[in-house]
Amino acid sequence: MSTLPETTTEETTHDGGHGDISVGVATAGTSGDATASATRITPGNALRPEDIALAVSRGTAKPSEDVAEFALRLGDDALILAQRLGHWISRAPELEEDIALGNIALDQLGHARSFLSYAGGLNGKSEDDLAYFRSEDEFRSIELFEQPNGDFAVTIARQFVVSYYQFELYSRLTKSTDATLAGIAAKAVKEVDYHRDHSAQWVLRLALGTDESRRRMIHGFKVIWPYVDELFRDDDLTARLTAAGAAVEPSSLRADFDRLTGEVLAEAELEFPQVPAALGGGRQGKHSEHLGYMLAEMQVLARQHPGASW
Amino acid sequence: MSPETPAGNVWPIWEVFVRSSRGLSHVHAGSLHAPDAAMALRNARDLYTRRNEGVSIWVVPAEAIASSDPDAKGAFFESPQGKDYRHATYYTKSEGVKHL
Repeated sequence: MSTLPETTTEETTHDGGHGDISVGVATAGTSGDATASATRITPGNALRPEDIALAVSRGTAKPSEDVAEFALRLGDDALILAQRLGHWISRAPELEEDIALGNIALDQLGHARSFLSYAGGLNGKSEDDLAYFRSEDEFRSIELFEQPNGDFAVTIARQFVVSYYQFELYSRLTKSTDATLAGIAAKAVKEVDYHRDHSAQWVLRLALGTDESRRRMIHGFKVIWPYVDELFRDDDLTARLTAAGAAVEPSSLRADFDRLTGEVLAEAELEFPQVPAALGGGRQGKHSEHLGYMLAEMQVLARQHPGASW
Repeated sequence: MSPETPAGNVWPIWEVFVRSSRGLSHVHAGSLHAPDAAMALRNARDLYTRRNEGVSIWVVPAEAIASSDPDAKGAFFESPQGKDYRHATYYTKSEGVKHL
């Protein structure tokens, strides 16, 4: 079992290009004077990917082989979704929605960085090694996450499914016997809670809006729903991790997922689409044709200029 | 209290007020577009609390705010000019008064 570093230790930042933030306690509050601004800026105090990388490099947090594989799965899910969502910036229906989707993308990217930093601890690989220097068949993300953005409603349908799934998963992982997984999940679950709200709000507005928006929302769910099934499939790895108390069986999340998404769909006067499940295979590195193109774009810079930073 | 999205598909404007910590006032942070109050609050969260700026948000439809006429500056704000005695600092402190 790994132990996490105290996030309050005085620590000069390691040479990781993050020299503007020192590890430590954020300044508490403002002085309470009349000139206190509406834009108080503090980095806050939470478990960061850098903390995990540091703990891994010092050997205070080292994942077992099973935990590393599991962290890789969740990290890849979040990374691929972040890349997809990032595409909306400057393309969303409204400027405010650019930023909303961009924020969700950044949250997902943060989760991906933490999971991948931890997964890399097994073989001394960094988050960047894993993100930029693996090929398509080495990615462990589920097929849903690489699905094209489609129109705004398709993206909302995808986000809705992902957020409700991730919320159930992370809220259980907070009790993981693996301290690092529990720590990442504890930070992530609050953010994913907001993602649930954002996508549910849009499902309601699109479904109950105009004829056109409702038509698109129904279409969005129809396009996305075949990929829901794969989220809840158990395998040998999840069985071993569940036995060890480090994770839960994906199938055990299904009932709550169905109940909570069902409530929103009922309010939106929609029904679960009746569509056959896609084959899936992402956990074994089998992906749809979409992932290769995504990775080409995502990895090109790092591969052209290895080690480049700005 | 929630303005309808007008025809022409332009979302109405909302003014955003953020309180940075307990005990302080909500301060005007800026404005944004949103289709309704619920989405305005969420957009405000996304736009104006990305760097830990706040613990509370108010959104108000911009059209619900009545503001003074910038062209009527004189009529509105001339009167207090030169009336020092309206400020507490104008008066000399009486002897023996502590903690003033």
